Amino acid sequence: MEIDIEHVAKLANLPLDKRHMEILGEQLTETLLYIDRLNEIRTEKVEPTSQVTGLTNIIRDDTVSDSLPQEAALENAPETYNGYIVVDAIFEE
Amino acid sequence: MQLYELTISEARKGLEEKKFSSSELTSACLERIKSVEPKLHAFVTLTEEQALQQAQKADFLLGSGEVRPLLGIPISIKDNFCINGILTTASSNVLRNFVPPYDATVVRRVNEAGAVSLGKTNMDAFAHGSSTETSDFGASRNPWNIERLPGGSSGGAAVSVAADEAIAAVGSETAGSIRQPAAWCGVVGLKPTYGRVSRYGVIAMASSLDSPGPITKSVEDAALMLEVLAGHDPLDATTSPLPTKPYRQLMKEKSEKVTIGISDDYFDGVDPEIVSAVQNALHELERLGHKVKKINLFNPKYAIAVYTILQRSEVSSNLARYDGIRYGFGRDAFGEEAQRRIMLGTYSLSAGYYDAYYAKAEKVRTLIVEDFAKAFEEVDVVIGPTSPSTALPLGSSKNHPMFGEIADVLVEPSTIAGLPGISICCGFSKDLLPISMQVIGPYFMEDLILNVAYQYEQVTDWSNRKPNL
Repeated sequence: MEIDIEHVAKLANLPLDKRHMEILGEQLTETLLYIDRLNEIRTEKVEPTSQVTGLTNIIRDDTVSDSLPQEAALENAPETYNGYIVVDAIFEE
Repeated sequence: MQLYELTISEARKGLEEKKFSSSELTSACLERIKSVEPKLHAFVTLTEEQALQQAQKADFLLGSGEVRPLLGIPISIKDNFCINGILTTASSNVLRNFVPPYDATVVRRVNEAGAVSLGKTNMDAFAHGSSTETSDFGASRNPWNIERLPGGSSGGAAVSVAADEAIAAVGSETAGSIRQPAAWCGVVGLKPTYGRVSRYGVIAMASSLDSPGPITKSVEDAALMLEVLAGHDPLDATTSPLPTKPYRQLMKEKSEKVTIGISDDYFDGVDPEIVSAVQNALHELERLGHKVKKINLFNPKYAIAVYTILQRSEVSSNLARYDGIRYGFGRDAFGEEAQRRIMLGTYSLSAGYYDAYYAKAEKVRTLIVEDFAKAFEEVDVVIGPTSPSTALPLGSSKNHPMFGEIADVLVEPSTIAGLPGISICCGFSKDLLPISMQVIGPYFMEDLILNVAYQYEQVTDWSNRKPNL
């Protein structure tokens, strides 16, 4: 099994060094081999289950209710400015 | 008997009869914590001052004749439940400075029930594990033998109850995280039906599986805690609108005799001492008039594979939110286990692999759901060992990417199906470690599994044993 571990790390947005990537790549392969046993089970005619107790289309009234005050919502942010959260610039000049 | 050794029911009686106050009871627990914590490390944050204030308030209410299910009872809360103004880290470095500005629904419910919160218990970081060894703040120790693991991820919760630091604990289970540490520590752990207890304000692991629930010293306490925790929550759309039940009352009423299903695969590869303890428990239940019937359940080895895919995928999606911008620290703060899970989940959800992994797992999940449904046409409950081993030595989880899955093989099928299960102590090994069995029931039949566990508890005395600390 060939896994492009660098690509996966990039998708996952994880800053990994080369050594770590190697170890995680090996463990990933090991785990995938374990998972492969699912192919012993035929599922062509089986529907998937994502919600076990059978709830569907849960809706609520479209009403305004209280929310966290701005101050509380921002108090864990490392950097704020004028009631906003400061983020790194994503566009280069 | 020391105050901290009491069950919830015993403590309520004492408080009601004014034999002691909540402040005395809370102080007794805090003293106990001080004396045993250096050995056990069940807690990551203690909230002594708040606890004493809550106890004082409870004493005032008790004095004015107020009755609430947990009024004045000191409990511990797993560190993945948000408490307004209290450090909540999920035992991870990513959230080591996170102070939530709101309460989880479960926290609101125990507060309204009058509970006194002693502090936050240690867990595997982000609940990733079955040992507490992935906690970024160090592992907890098993009170029956401090060279052994307590299990996890609600390991600190189970230790806090087994070591009499707290009268009861709030934990959470994705697959085994309540039942397995309860089993290894010899206390009662109840994993409710998925959607019976709200997930709002719980730091998510796998959203289609996560189920908060109690860890307690007795089955009756588990029933009482469930009465407090369970119910529909508009803030969690996956909670069930079905009404909750008077669990304590139903647990105590003599039920019809039940048919108990056992499946050979659940005893395969299990420690022989555990097999024989569970068989003895089944004989005990037969003596009480219940029937035991062999059934064939889906082999749990497939459940491991299904669970691994579903959980890793949902983990990678849930942990995508941690970027250190709005709260906490950045993605370089994840520990190795989280990295491992995020990588597999990202891979299994990535373009070209979704059908082969996540979609495939959700289909096999359907087969597991149907398999249990078929079984419950023949039998009322299923019983098996909770864990294939007793508490393993410290260090067992290191460098073992599937450690948790192997330790939780017997609880994963019922978890995948979202069924309720209760773990209860049914013996001790030669080296004096607790052995536990689990009772699994159909959806929303928590009253039935509580009833069976209660009947067993009434004719045995395993749960009265205490570790020497």
